Amino acid sequence: MSAGFRIFAVIAVLVIVGALISPSNYYFRVGTLVWINAVSVIGMVVLLGYVGLVSLGHAGFFAIGAYSVVVLPNYGLPPLAAAPVGVALAGLVAYVIGRPILKLSGYYLAIATLGFGILVWMVLTKEAWLTGGPDGGPVAGPNPKYLFRAIGIDMTTAEAWYWICGLVAAIGGGLIANLGQSPTGRAMRALHDSDVAAQSLGVDSARAKSVAFIISALYAATAGVLLSFANGYITPEVGGFMHSVEMVTMAVLGGASSVIGALVGVFLLTVLPQVLTIFAEYEHMILGAIMVLTMVLMRDGLMPAFLNLFKRLGRKS
Amino acid sequence: MSELLQFVLSGLTVGAIYAAVALGFTLIYNASGVVNFAQGEFVVIGGMTAAALIGIGVPLPLAILGAVLAGTASGVLLYQFAIRPARNAPLVSLVIITIGASIFIRGAMQTIFDKQIHRYDGFSGDLPIRFGGAAILPQALWIIGGAIAIFAFLAWFMRRTRSGRAIEATSSNRLAATLIGINTRHAVNLSFALSAFIGALAGVLATPITFTSYDAGVLLALKGFSATMLGGVGSPLGALIGGLAIGLIEALTAGYISSSYKDAAAFVIILAVLFLRPQGLLGRRIQERV
Repeated sequence: MSAGFRIFAVIAVLVIVGALISPSNYYFRVGTLVWINAVSVIGMVVLLGYVGLVSLGHAGFFAIGAYSVVVLPNYGLPPLAAAPVGVALAGLVAYVIGRPILKLSGYYLAIATLGFGILVWMVLTKEAWLTGGPDGGPVAGPNPKYLFRAIGIDMTTAEAWYWICGLVAAIGGGLIANLGQSPTGRAMRALHDSDVAAQSLGVDSARAKSVAFIISALYAATAGVLLSFANGYITPEVGGFMHSVEMVTMAVLGGASSVIGALVGVFLLTVLPQVLTIFAEYEHMILGAIMVLTMVLMRDGLMPAFLNLFKRLGRKS
Repeated sequence: MSELLQFVLSGLTVGAIYAAVALGFTLIYNASGVVNFAQGEFVVIGGMTAAALIGIGVPLPLAILGAVLAGTASGVLLYQFAIRPARNAPLVSLVIITIGASIFIRGAMQTIFDKQIHRYDGFSGDLPIRFGGAAILPQALWIIGGAIAIFAFLAWFMRRTRSGRAIEATSSNRLAATLIGINTRHAVNLSFALSAFIGALAGVLATPITFTSYDAGVLLALKGFSATMLGGVGSPLGALIGGLAIGLIEALTAGYISSSYKDAAAFVIILAVLFLRPQGLLGRRIQERV
């Protein structure tokens, strides 16, 4: 069984279990958010976990996806057709800006992506004629309830979106896990440890970085499209700096090097704010503390730390 | 003509603030190799603390002192609790740590103070001084004077004092510095304290003109970095020149092109520098370990 299919199956089971234990539409909405975040953070796994590059501007790509299904329909494109156009646009932008800024690494890249994110955010808030400005605006998207009804299953809108987003996350996760095992993925992982060493083995580092950047942008934009449709409303916050930071935090908390690790981070940081009111009050402090503590105490994230613990316990007994 | 003069004056004023951020950033980078994304937060801590103290009736000099102390203390805490325990961490981890620290400080500012925008009166009143057809606020002179004083102080401190020379030695070669008996940990700690001190002081001086709020740090950091990169990473003089240049470019963009996109100027400059002259005007590139 390939790694990709295994991850697909794991996520699919999680989606089904989630649906079985959700008692109300509210739970389905939280679950939908989990799977949407999962899509964007799984994209970060490629960039941050495989190649080892930090982006502080991925909310910009998320916003390109999210706003494309709001803006393009105003110019006559049906929302369902606008979605792939928006995702492709994010990929194109990633290709264009990635070429110059991926020559940089580490600090320079973090700063350049930070600047990109802020630029997108400025456009979202200042070009009100196009985006609705700081207040955002409604999204006239499709409703998958009717799709399910057409095949004879009756469910609420919230439930329908839950299944769609879960399916996208499962497929997306499977693809990334497969990528990790492929020659391209191995080339990316080689870059993680040392650019120079990987190049000396014949890895085209510029190309591998660019591919990783584009893939992560496509995932972020896909998540953006899903959020726009599922919420039916969009605000510029989706393109804000804090959203970029959240994506990085979710990825590093669980462990950015694997899809499952990323899912752990996504689950914790999406569900905890819903159940703990303290989270809403001290959101920034908690997010910041998590980033610092994770990096200081368990650099590879929760999942690898737990796996190591289990291994050590197993050896002792 | 007087219009241009007006833009130049306001550009130099904000430029002096960016220069202070860039100087603090350079200081930490030289001593420890860490690019501190929380640099803008020091400015916010200075401004917010001063605003709060003045708001409850503390006399101005004491409020300034309190704000600068709060900023300096946060710099030391940042080093002791976040940077030092992770000193052998790869660069990606250090980026995430300083970003995390900046988000944490943001949240702390929001919790301790509030989410409002704050300002207080200028030190010498808010009556503009007429100057060749343009007007300048007295506080702008405080800011520009402050930046010059900070730069002069740093130049003196680094060359003439024992502690300053220990930082210089640590910057140029940490191992060699350790070998001749310099306590490099102390030197790096001091560089964080100094850097935070500079940032907080800039925040105290700038708030009457620029205003401040808990989330003002990100843009300040971005502009400070742009200034550093334009001037050349590692060069204090480059930081000063870069800061003033970014301020001027921003003011001219706001005046002649579009005031809503003045913040984009910094980003465009970053890209241009990276394309044309990655080492900046006066400096070297950030070196990374292989």
